[in-house]
Amino acid sequence: MSNGTGKRHPVIEWLEDRTGLPGLVEDFLMEDIPASSGWHQVFGSIALFSFLIQMVTGILLSFNYAPTPGEAWNSVRYIMTELTGGPMIRGLHHWGASIMIVVVVLHMVQVFIWGAYKKPREGTWILGVILLMLTLAYGLTGYLLPWDNRAYWGTVVATQIGASIPGAGPWITRLLAAENGIGVATFARFYSIHVLVLPPVTMLLIGLHVFLVRKHGVAPAPVETAPKKKFYPGQVFKDTIAIFITFCILFALAVTMRVPLERMADPTDTTYIPRPDWYFMFLFQMLKFFHGPLELVGSVILPNLAIVALILTPFIDRSALKAPSKRTLAIGVVFLAGLTWGGLTLAAIRSTPPSEAVDVTLIKGPEAWQSLTPIELAGAGFYKRENCAQCHSGAAGPNRLGPDLLTRAKGKTAAQLIEHFRNPSAKVPGSQMPPVHLTGGEMNGLAAFVLKLTPANAALLDSVPAYAMEGAMVYQKNQCGACHMVNGVGQKMGPALNGLSERRNRDWIQEHFVNPQKLSPGTNMPPYKFAPKDLDRITTWLLAIPASGVQ
Amino acid sequence: MSLDRRSFQQIVIGAIGAAMTAALAIPAVSYLFAIPKSRSTKKDGWVDAGDISQVPLNTPEEVVFRRTRVDGWKISAERATAWVIRKGPSEVIALAPQCTHLGCAYHWEDSHKEFQCPCHTSSFSPEGKVLSGPAPRALDRYEAKMEGNRLMLGEVRRSDA
Repeated sequence: MSNGTGKRHPVIEWLEDRTGLPGLVEDFLMEDIPASSGWHQVFGSIALFSFLIQMVTGILLSFNYAPTPGEAWNSVRYIMTELTGGPMIRGLHHWGASIMIVVVVLHMVQVFIWGAYKKPREGTWILGVILLMLTLAYGLTGYLLPWDNRAYWGTVVATQIGASIPGAGPWITRLLAAENGIGVATFARFYSIHVLVLPPVTMLLIGLHVFLVRKHGVAPAPVETAPKKKFYPGQVFKDTIAIFITFCILFALAVTMRVPLERMADPTDTTYIPRPDWYFMFLFQMLKFFHGPLELVGSVILPNLAIVALILTPFIDRSALKAPSKRTLAIGVVFLAGLTWGGLTLAAIRSTPPSEAVDVTLIKGPEAWQSLTPIELAGAGFYKRENCAQCHSGAAGPNRLGPDLLTRAKGKTAAQLIEHFRNPSAKVPGSQMPPVHLTGGEMNGLAAFVLKLTPANAALLDSVPAYAMEGAMVYQKNQCGACHMVNGVGQKMGPALNGLSERRNRDWIQEHFVNPQKLSPGTNMPPYKFAPKDLDRITTWLLAIPASGVQ
Repeated sequence: MSLDRRSFQQIVIGAIGAAMTAALAIPAVSYLFAIPKSRSTKKDGWVDAGDISQVPLNTPEEVVFRRTRVDGWKISAERATAWVIRKGPSEVIALAPQCTHLGCAYHWEDSHKEFQCPCHTSSFSPEGKVLSGPAPRALDRYEAKMEGNRLMLGEVRRSDA
């Protein structure tokens, strides 16, 4: 890059002679821009940057994505649960879409308030309006691609709106292959539009848009007093800072706000409440105000009028350029539009009940151990602690020193087993098994666990995580089951603990142990002062108990 | 030399560019190169490849069996092949069916009493040792054991040179 001294590196010189590329870059960076240019003009660059982020993360997602219904959901689940960095890449793409819409709109608002669309920049503005529409089209088509309930039902509503347009409706429906509802062909077309049609069109229009910006120059203030300056490095520096701030927001969103994947699309689910993404919420809400033949006004006429009004803006407002602070009408229009949009969105959010959908990527598969009762889990813990597995195998398999418990424990009662644990050689003469030294309650747990063994769940022994066993041991020792119920076992004096993770978070639970009265005034629960390790284990296990007992 | 405004801006532009590239590259690289989580923890168990008591001793026999494989977001059931040589009632060798040169499927040539690869004419002894051709090492073997008359196959172990 030139540093202004005019002397180039020999490699750059070589490249220049062969391709002319360094010169092009230099011309681009050394463009003259008005002295008034500054922070208010950074949004175009951020929009371009957002688009690049979407391209990179979109390509990365496609490396592990199967674009057919069913498979799509499985592959997104795979990205979210199996791949390191998968949730991050999906998070960047998901939140990047929202950021891009925000930035494109901000870019538009700035140009609008400054009146930068005026002659001769009408073409640049119209291309910008089309690019805004394309950005929304990405959001609409991308919404279906995870193929979960949210995707499916949101798209059902969107395609039905398209179908209601007089004249064009049937054609749109046929183009989207949505005549008989959302199917495999609909999905293929949404995917194709999202990754094959929109990107090249967007790139072409961005190219034209930037070309026109360069052709007409960056829009000046009404009166430019100072001489022109160079685009690089002053304005590039401002753009870079703005891009960096945007990037930090995006990164923070992707790290902290996990993008959920709901249950796989289920057309028979009658309880699901469809909701569009936040930027379409205002349209969703507007449809509530128009009924019967007037519905078209909300779904088709008003949105299209708005688009036409946007396109015609430079031809409607042909007055001379004024300083933005004097453009009261423009500021008023933006303010009113923002207020309308905000009001509709807020009303939509407030009138839509909170989603009860579950993020399936947080359910760690259908793990059998989650259906075990606390006493059985604690038993598994004692089984492990007493090293029972050294001599006994749960399943039929390679013979070990002791009998395999599947066949041997069959038909025994818990009392018989406990008696045998206490004094092995009394029940089985000649047994080499050492007596098990556990308290009565612990013995019950061990017996319950051994009796629970079946060929199907013998693998449980290896799959039960340590925190669950230790947590359940703490639970049993403190007789929590005297008031609480887990997987259908226990009493109902206190609340059942299944699905606790959907109601409470870790901090709340831990604080509640120490001071139940503070968080649940009037509760019968006594305070518990667990050792830090015990507190950690029991909380982790409680949070892992599924909402409904796994079968 | 004191830092003028222009140099300061250039440095900041470069630094921010580098920082953002790194912030994107780290998750991208781990996304592309890290081994999927369940695949790195799950061990394939033994697969029953059927009754081979009728296979004559010391004669290679192609055995086709079914196994399940974790394949990305799917668990697929697929057919797989092993070349099996019984050395005795409970002693067995099971060779993985691909040439160690470039992965072509080789076959047993009974007239020459050797395995031959059709691609680049590597040949191997019944135990899988390289007899000729460009193959760099002996044929890979499945972990194999007999349970009664049934052949149990485990993972493929890479052969030494």
